[in-house]
Amino acid sequence: MVVDQLSENDTDRLFQAFSDATRRDIVRRVSSAPFSVSGLAALYAMSFAAVQKHVAVLERASLVTKEKRGREQVVRANHEGLQRARQLLDEYEAIWRERSSRIADILAEETEQLGDALP
Amino acid sequence: MTVTNSTKSPEKLQLTITSELAASVERAWQLWEDPRQLERWWGPPTWPATFEDYDFQPGGEVAYYMTGPDGSKARGWWKFVSISAPTNLELDDGFADENGAPVTEMGQARMSVTLEDRAGLTLMTVATTFENEEQMAKMLEMGMEEGMREAMGQIDAILAE
Repeated sequence: MVVDQLSENDTDRLFQAFSDATRRDIVRRVSSAPFSVSGLAALYAMSFAAVQKHVAVLERASLVTKEKRGREQVVRANHEGLQRARQLLDEYEAIWRERSSRIADILAEETEQLGDALP
Repeated sequence: MTVTNSTKSPEKLQLTITSELAASVERAWQLWEDPRQLERWWGPPTWPATFEDYDFQPGGEVAYYMTGPDGSKARGWWKFVSISAPTNLELDDGFADENGAPVTEMGQARMSVTLEDRAGLTLMTVATTFENEEQMAKMLEMGMEEGMREAMGQIDAILAE
């Protein structure tokens, strides 16, 4: 259902954004505090332009927002976008909850059979 | 059994889910080791799983399919990365085409399973890490079918009261 709510393009962008270690790191950092693009660039062994590209990918996936403040560009986490990724994981969790309950049924059945076999 | 804990890490596309099983670690291990047992719980009733090849050893490969409500088959593969009986196993899980060949562009998920003894019960932890959205979305579709039915069953029960 969540998959339906998100357009396929949205989902593609979202997961493409998360597919890169630097981008995941950027998301983690800006989740706790806003960073300027140059502040982020100082953290990685890559050019300012490369970091700017990563930020642009994250922005298109609605995971961060970028805002001009004077001469700086400030990057912040987009909590709504992160929330959608979490929803997808929620769906997957539901699948495992169902598997867990089927396993419980299998194990309970055996215990019952064992009980029946006892005198 | 109950799911005792689950941790989601959206930025890592990772889900860790822990359940408590009313069984010994050795018994719980069979749920993974024996494909006939696996078939009983892997897929929902609406998407039952059939494991054809099941080479349960490190590097061993698995071919399986899930049969949908309309009779269509969704094929998948596993590859065991490591197996340490009866407590740890790690595998890669992905989609396959109708001939069973891995569809590499759809990516794969790494599953890491740990079984721990807790005073005669077993704590089973499954950590899944995704690398690709299509595959994840497809898995979700299959699981949701059942979720919908269960929800409808519940509604029926409420209306019958």
